[in-house]
Amino acid sequence: MKWNLIIKRILFLVVVIGIWQLIFTLNIFEDIIFPSPFKVFTALYEGFAGGDFFVALGASFKHLFSGLSLAIVIGTIIGVIFGKSKQADETAGMYLIAMQSIPSIVWVPLAIMLFGFTEFAVVFVIVLGGTFVMALNVRSAIHNVPPQLTRAARTMGTKGFPLFYRVEIPASIPYFMSGLRLAWAFSWRALMAGELLSNGPGLGYTLSYAQDYARMDQVIGIIIIIGVIGALVDHFVFSKLEKTVMRRWGLQ
Amino acid sequence: MNEGEVLLFLQLKQVGKTFTTEEKQFQVFSNIDLDITENQFVSILGPSGCGKSTLLSMVAGLEEASEGTISLEGSLIKTPGPDRGMVFQQPSLFPWLNVRDNITFPLKGKMTKQEANDHADHFLKMVQLSRFKENYIFELSGGMQQRVAIARALAMDPKVLLMDEPFGALDEQTRHIMHDELMKIWQETQKTILFVTHSINEAIKLSDRIVVMGTRPGRIIADINVDIPRPRERSNLEVIELEKEIMSLLEGEINKVLKEELNQ
Repeated sequence: MKWNLIIKRILFLVVVIGIWQLIFTLNIFEDIIFPSPFKVFTALYEGFAGGDFFVALGASFKHLFSGLSLAIVIGTIIGVIFGKSKQADETAGMYLIAMQSIPSIVWVPLAIMLFGFTEFAVVFVIVLGGTFVMALNVRSAIHNVPPQLTRAARTMGTKGFPLFYRVEIPASIPYFMSGLRLAWAFSWRALMAGELLSNGPGLGYTLSYAQDYARMDQVIGIIIIIGVIGALVDHFVFSKLEKTVMRRWGLQ
Repeated sequence: MNEGEVLLFLQLKQVGKTFTTEEKQFQVFSNIDLDITENQFVSILGPSGCGKSTLLSMVAGLEEASEGTISLEGSLIKTPGPDRGMVFQQPSLFPWLNVRDNITFPLKGKMTKQEANDHADHFLKMVQLSRFKENYIFELSGGMQQRVAIARALAMDPKVLLMDEPFGALDEQTRHIMHDELMKIWQETQKTILFVTHSINEAIKLSDRIVVMGTRPGRIIADINVDIPRPRERSNLEVIELEKEIMSLLEGEINKVLKEELNQ
């Protein structure tokens, strides 16, 4: 990254924090609902130094890892079935889109009624949050395998299952990568929705706990953590992977 | 095969193709008869819509014939197979494989990895891409990609090489270079080549024989043996004469297409 770009971004952040401090100094809002930047950073520091945030983050990532990997596996299987079978797609393809359009927080009451206030309920919400977007993208991935590649492979005597795993699977990797990126984003949101209403542990639970004790500094601090992690994972993992794949596959 | 009957190489007998949609039927061509001798370079030349590419796809086994039969060395063609290598207008290479792995793709299971690699290296040398064997497809120019596609088709050691306007997407300069290279490869490998094009000049420059197709409905309107010595320069009088002859043959056909398109 170019230096002037980094400087611009840091300057922007400084300005935002400056305005924040200014509003705080002007005493427009009560301190309890509008903490100073310093107070929020102190809360962040204390949270990490005391280890509480690390424990919460660890639990959250454990939930995310279990939920997302299940969503990827189940979503891929559903996507392949819908991508390969016209019959299945015609019959149930519409419902896949309907399922995908349900916000993941809607599943929380259902999960709690089924599994109680357990970590499993949280994982369940994440699985539902990520599976359908994964399935839809895998389905597109298979539909978008360039026909000239399958034709070329067929002229070389490739057919049946080898045609599927030697040509169709690798040819669908770019869309698969987009699916992964979206599944991660949806799961991350679902994770927070699930944890907010759970009995912990987890970052979302810590957030609702802070709310119960009217600790606005902690609430804002945790929101910042959630945003920063979301951006970092997207930028350093999924966006990078997707770019590499797109370039190699000649799509960029 | 009866006693005394000549074993033909590639034979198309009364071949026809009709596309059927829900509303209507569309006959691309019918009653195509064509015998192609081994080691010949045969071009199929015609205006767009005459079905020349469809005919080639049928020889490849990618399309089924609605009528008639196609046979290679006496056995009927119904499905694609490695005895017929195909080069498409788009290189159709696999972007997730490097150049060498693209060429060894059809060899998997037929020989060891080492043998396949040696084989690939041989054909890469033939198309002058040895330096690029580790590169990925997106790193190559259009002309280089098409050379890889030719090497891939040749590496299967097919009985016949089918080429569907393989240089149509290349710029003029590159196309001329590719023509010379294809001539060299053809002389070196002695392959039978069936080459589809809409360029009269390209057909004359390369072919032993030019099958000229007309359109609406598709049919063979001329079958010309070209015995002008190679290399055939564009300024060669015999080339110019033949070009005129084919042009006048095709003029009526092209006008037919234009008229139809303008009326729509």
